[in-house]
Amino acid sequence: MTDKAEGSLLYLDNVSVSFDGFRAINRLSLVLEPGEMRAIIGPNGAGKTTMMDIITGKTRPDAGDVLFDGSVDLTRLDEAAIANLGIGRKFQKPTVFESHSVEDNIALALKGRRGAFAALFHRRSAIEQDRIDALLATIRLSDKRDLLAARLSHGQKQWLEIGMLLAQEPRLLLIDEPAAGMTDAETAETASLLKEIAKTQSVVVVEHDMTFVRALGVKVTVLHEGSVLAEGSLDAVSANPKVIEVYLGR
Amino acid sequence: MSFTCPPTNSPFAASISLVDLVWGYCGILSLGHGAFFALGGYAMGMYLMRQIGTRGVYADPVLPDFMVFLNWKELPWFWQGFDMAWYAFLMVVLVPGVIAFLFGWLSFRSRVTGVYLSIITQALTYALLLAFFRNDMGFGGNNGLTDFKDILGFPIQAPGTRAVLFAASALMLALGFVVASAVVRSKLGKVLVAIRDAESRTGFIGYRVEHYKLFVWTLSAVMAGIAGALYVPQVGIINPSEFDPAASIEAVIWVAVGGRGTLIGPLIGAVAVNFGKTWFTGVLPEVWLYALGTLFVVVTLFLPRGIVGLWGRVVTRRAAPAKEVDGSGRQAGEAA
Ligand SMILES: Nc1ncnc2c1ncn2[C@@H]1O[C@H](COP(=O)(O)OP(=O)(O)O)[C@@H](O)[C@H]1O
Ligand SMILES: [Mg+2]
Repeated sequence: MTDKAEGSLLYLDNVSVSFDGFRAINRLSLVLEPGEMRAIIGPNGAGKTTMMDIITGKTRPDAGDVLFDGSVDLTRLDEAAIANLGIGRKFQKPTVFESHSVEDNIALALKGRRGAFAALFHRRSAIEQDRIDALLATIRLSDKRDLLAARLSHGQKQWLEIGMLLAQEPRLLLIDEPAAGMTDAETAETASLLKEIAKTQSVVVVEHDMTFVRALGVKVTVLHEGSVLAEGSLDAVSANPKVIEVYLGR
Repeated sequence: MSFTCPPTNSPFAASISLVDLVWGYCGILSLGHGAFFALGGYAMGMYLMRQIGTRGVYADPVLPDFMVFLNWKELPWFWQGFDMAWYAFLMVVLVPGVIAFLFGWLSFRSRVTGVYLSIITQALTYALLLAFFRNDMGFGGNNGLTDFKDILGFPIQAPGTRAVLFAASALMLALGFVVASAVVRSKLGKVLVAIRDAESRTGFIGYRVEHYKLFVWTLSAVMAGIAGALYVPQVGIINPSEFDPAASIEAVIWVAVGGRGTLIGPLIGAVAVNFGKTWFTGVLPEVWLYALGTLFVVVTLFLPRGIVGLWGRVVTRRAAPAKEVDGSGRQAGEAA
């Protein structure tokens, strides 16, 4: 069974999870190639966030395989271990460290040793400072670096969280509804930022906004009631009668 | 617990700054830090008991009076070595440290947080209170350990010794501040605040949250133990009432009143609340506990950052907007 996972970056096979008897994820299978960017769409409650919870170790699946890099069993690891393997995650609701400055938020996320004693004696190097400066420029928050993260607008928090994700230098980024609460201009900028990121890293992005998904121009997976309903280009899945039924039939 | 003169207060004051290190900076509300304070105090008390030697009422060269009274024939194993100062002082650090480490390791690993953790810290100190009350535990029962004669060969009541003990307490308080503010300003301190703000986010970045909590928890317990060890020779007694959960809760109220998440806040709170206590117990003793409870509720609802936060608001309203969290760190540094 694991042979099929070979060569893939992320491999989910027949994954199920129930909450109090309700099947939030139902025999879900999904394969992501290294370097691929994938958009996940689906109505509210389809299980998109729960899928990310499973991949990042927050929720344990009741059944099924979740493999990273073709062989690492993610169901046996905790959040910190999975993060250190190179899987970064942006939450649906932007989650930044509100009482830290924008710069410190990036500094904390920066790839490096994570132990308590390493942190106690840590001194920020010039290389790290350069990296922080570059990231702040990428997410266009250089002039806000000393501001407490709590003071940022919703859209800016989303960007800061993406910046924190990049600071971790993960091999796989899981991004949950990045465009939520953004203006049209911010949404367009976010799409181009993600396309830029996808040149060097693998990305899974969940989004409702069809204009945004169209702008990404990547393979789309449609989730419905915890399993895959359709997969393919956005045009192909949009034309799929089952998808039309799910989106328009209710 | 009695707070009469300033020198005996300062070790305890040091330990409440530590309650805030875990609560204000890491979001762990300990209602049982008095336990670590008392354990350090008992370790010191055991050393002082062994120093009495033949000067006790029963003049037994080895056994403390209460053991002779209980008809014990030999010293229990856990009393061995306490005649040596270096060993006793090591235990002052090790006993609270190891107990805190084990307790923290079990709780943080099983992700016990919030109210549940606060409740089991209460249970810990309450269990110790009951245990130390028992005569057969070998710690002097409800009388505790007292009638100390000398410390490191110096008479414990002599003005010179008292002055040195007072100086040592002040030094410890200062040292505690230096250590605490170094921790708070380090990257580790920033991770602690991150855990307080968004615990799961911190984990998803790759930090082992439970290790960080364990570090600061154990550090604060060790420092509370040292504070207890300095307190005991000055008041001349250690008994199970130091484990009283009410004492730990009172320390938390000091932190809340002074301002959590700052290092100077707890000291201000301790002075303010004790001032109120002295006044109330003189005028309306039966009302004091209700007043204290009301104060806690009012502060929690209307002054989440306590007196320090109120002061900060006044200052920032006058000057240009400053960085809030760094501002409090800086104040703490100045106090050290
Ligand atoms: N921890 C949980 N406990 C109970 N039910 C949950 C939990 N997490 C998710 N669910 C349920 O699982 C379903 C899928 O949720 P979610 O993954 O958040 O959907 P989506 O992100 O696609 O909108 C929803 O019906 C939700 O109520
Ligand atoms: Mg969701």
